[in-house]
Amino acid sequence: MTLTSDLILFFVLALVAIGAAVGMLLSRNAVHSALFLIVNFAVVSVFFLILGAPFIAMVQVTVYAGAIMVLFLFVIMLLGAERLRQSSTALSRQAWWAFFLGLLFLGAVAVYVFVAWGGGSLPPAFATAEAARKFGGPLSIGQVLFSKYLLPFELTSLLLLVGMIGAVVLTRDEKKIQKSEVRSQKLEV
Amino acid sequence: MEATVPTSYYVVLSAILFTLGVAGVLVRRNAIIIFMSVELMLNSANLVFVAFARQFMELSGQVFVFFVMTVAAAEVAVGLALIVTIFRTKKSISVDDINQLKG
Repeated sequence: MTLTSDLILFFVLALVAIGAAVGMLLSRNAVHSALFLIVNFAVVSVFFLILGAPFIAMVQVTVYAGAIMVLFLFVIMLLGAERLRQSSTALSRQAWWAFFLGLLFLGAVAVYVFVAWGGGSLPPAFATAEAARKFGGPLSIGQVLFSKYLLPFELTSLLLLVGMIGAVVLTRDEKKIQKSEVRSQKLEV
Repeated sequence: MEATVPTSYYVVLSAILFTLGVAGVLVRRNAIIIFMSVELMLNSANLVFVAFARQFMELSGQVFVFFVMTVAAAEVAVGLALIVTIFRTKKSISVDDINQLKG
């Protein structure tokens, strides 16, 4: 296969994505890890753009790189957990097993993709620029989301509500609640 | 605009990112970094969803990415709340110190 500009772009972006993931894995400082992960998310959103999913790419930037990672950074700085002391029970054997099994998994996927599945299948090209614009835009996503996937969409709102209530219930201060309950009981007496 | 990168390349890239996420969960001891590795794995699954949506010209793949993102957001909210609560009682978020159910 000749090295077209698309392939070069793919390999450069893939290198950045993998490098950012490795950086997240290895950096000692949790804030650096979070920033590396944001780089990775941004690169993946560029992949989404290349793959004809502009709406998903923008949601990726706003929800993942925006909301979720800001939440992560907020919690890291709230807890002051930038640097965690390395515990004495360093799992050196576990790390080697993770490395070995990860390589095994990658090999299995590569064998399946390039040998069993045949690999080099190219996705069909868009007939016109208009078709490319229509494929993954907000309009077409919305039409699928609110017709075929209406019930799952409504259920996600329930999921988010449960997540919200769970977060509030988990982080409330137990002592304060007990104090206020005692105070209200005293008032009643 | 013609995509000339085969879908299989995206699948392998996503497998690499997924493996790095698994390695992060297994090797790191910081609970927040373990959470970030889980996010990395979810994101690599999203990449495969979008790549196959492009391959088969089927928008359902992209809609599933939308749902995965919703689940990830809810998971992060609850998970970080748990981490904050654990930090309050244990003064640590190393998963080695979280070894009993009793608070």
